[in-house]
Amino acid sequence: MRDFDYEAPTSLADAVGLLTKSNGTARPLAGGTDLIDHVRTGRVSADLIVDLKKIPELMVLEVNDEGLRLGAAVPCYQIYEHPGILEHYSAISDSSNIIGGMQIQNRASVGGNLANAGAAADSTPALIALSATVVITGPSGTREIPVDEFCTGPGQNVLESGEIIVELRFPPRPAHSGSHYRRFIPRNEMDIAVVGVGASVVLDESGENFVSARIGLGAVAAKPFYAQEASEILAGQPVNDETIQKAGAAARAVIHPITDMRGTEEFRNHVTGVLTERVVKKAVERARG
Amino acid sequence: MAKKRIVTATINGREEEFLCQPRQTLLEILRDTLSLTGAKEGCSNGNCGACTVLVDGRAVNTCMVLGVEADGTDIETIEGLAPGDGLDPIQEAFLGNAALQCGICTPGYIMAAKAFLDENPNPTEEEIRFAMAGNLCRCTGYDKIVRAIQEAAEKRAGQPASCQKETV
Repeated sequence: MRDFDYEAPTSLADAVGLLTKSNGTARPLAGGTDLIDHVRTGRVSADLIVDLKKIPELMVLEVNDEGLRLGAAVPCYQIYEHPGILEHYSAISDSSNIIGGMQIQNRASVGGNLANAGAAADSTPALIALSATVVITGPSGTREIPVDEFCTGPGQNVLESGEIIVELRFPPRPAHSGSHYRRFIPRNEMDIAVVGVGASVVLDESGENFVSARIGLGAVAAKPFYAQEASEILAGQPVNDETIQKAGAAARAVIHPITDMRGTEEFRNHVTGVLTERVVKKAVERARG
Repeated sequence: MAKKRIVTATINGREEEFLCQPRQTLLEILRDTLSLTGAKEGCSNGNCGACTVLVDGRAVNTCMVLGVEADGTDIETIEGLAPGDGLDPIQEAFLGNAALQCGICTPGYIMAAKAFLDENPNPTEEEIRFAMAGNLCRCTGYDKIVRAIQEAAEKRAGQPASCQKETV
């Protein structure tokens, strides 16, 4: 690899200072499963790598009455094993369990997956479905934005120079809620999503009607996004095949897939409908407990 | 050139200190600086798992870890796996089942299998196949590897824990 310097600050202020003051290109490092590969291949340049894993705020993992706080550098294996996430935020568990294999999951973080801003990122549709807020800190202070506004295009995000994601915050889960993430890949594992769907549903007490729903779609546009129409179509409707099919059709209507080696536009269009229905049904099953 | 760092890590039970440039991966340090050439460089991008070792008990691709990140960690490589007078049950099972041909992927497989079996001592075949998804083998067709790991799980289950942990 090309030469670079390395720092592992233990405070947020030091990290932001290092990233801001660097004369050349400074890159934050969490699990490194994207960054180290990109630096090696020359896809990104780095004069300074700032390791964020020694900063306590980025390693927070807490589920309580106020919701979930997920530090940006927490590795996937700690996420999918976490009882509070498994119980209340299972879509995140689903996605962090299928990002790469065991070796990748032991290093890769959900914050890094988001920051990398890949169109097919597995965790982002789940974060969108679960209404995550991205807490960003940088030289001009801390700001918070909804996760569906974070990615701006393939590999592009809203982070300004010197800014990093500190954590993802999720609201507490209402009663009778459930969530799920699933992707289509031609293999069983270790592949990039052809289509990825994250869904969260809230049902009424009877478990027979949708109160609300949120559907996030991945790999079918330039960035993962919130499928607003498909989500809103479910609100107030009875839980049955017909309403869920309508959501699938609405999801198909808002995508802009490309044709590539993983699948054609037509195939992605079809799979988006099928997968949306399946994922919503699984979220319903979990909401009913 | 970025300044070299002094990195201290426990490697196969022994404390080691080495000089490391930030640009060197842990794989380069293990192979070129410490002469532990068991971990192999395959793809260099996190797909093949040939460079798998355990860092603080967890399997990682050392081609995607910086050497400087290893400071203060506990590293286990294939070189430290066998007890003094023989082989680890996983190694024996790989031999007994002919779960290797060219052998390049084998150290990575065995270390990944160790991490997996430490966590899941009694896995199903499906669990083994999913857990080994991050390791590629172009020779065996995988079935023999899966059978070896199944047999290793059975052997380990029949052994007292103290024997499993014993190293040189």
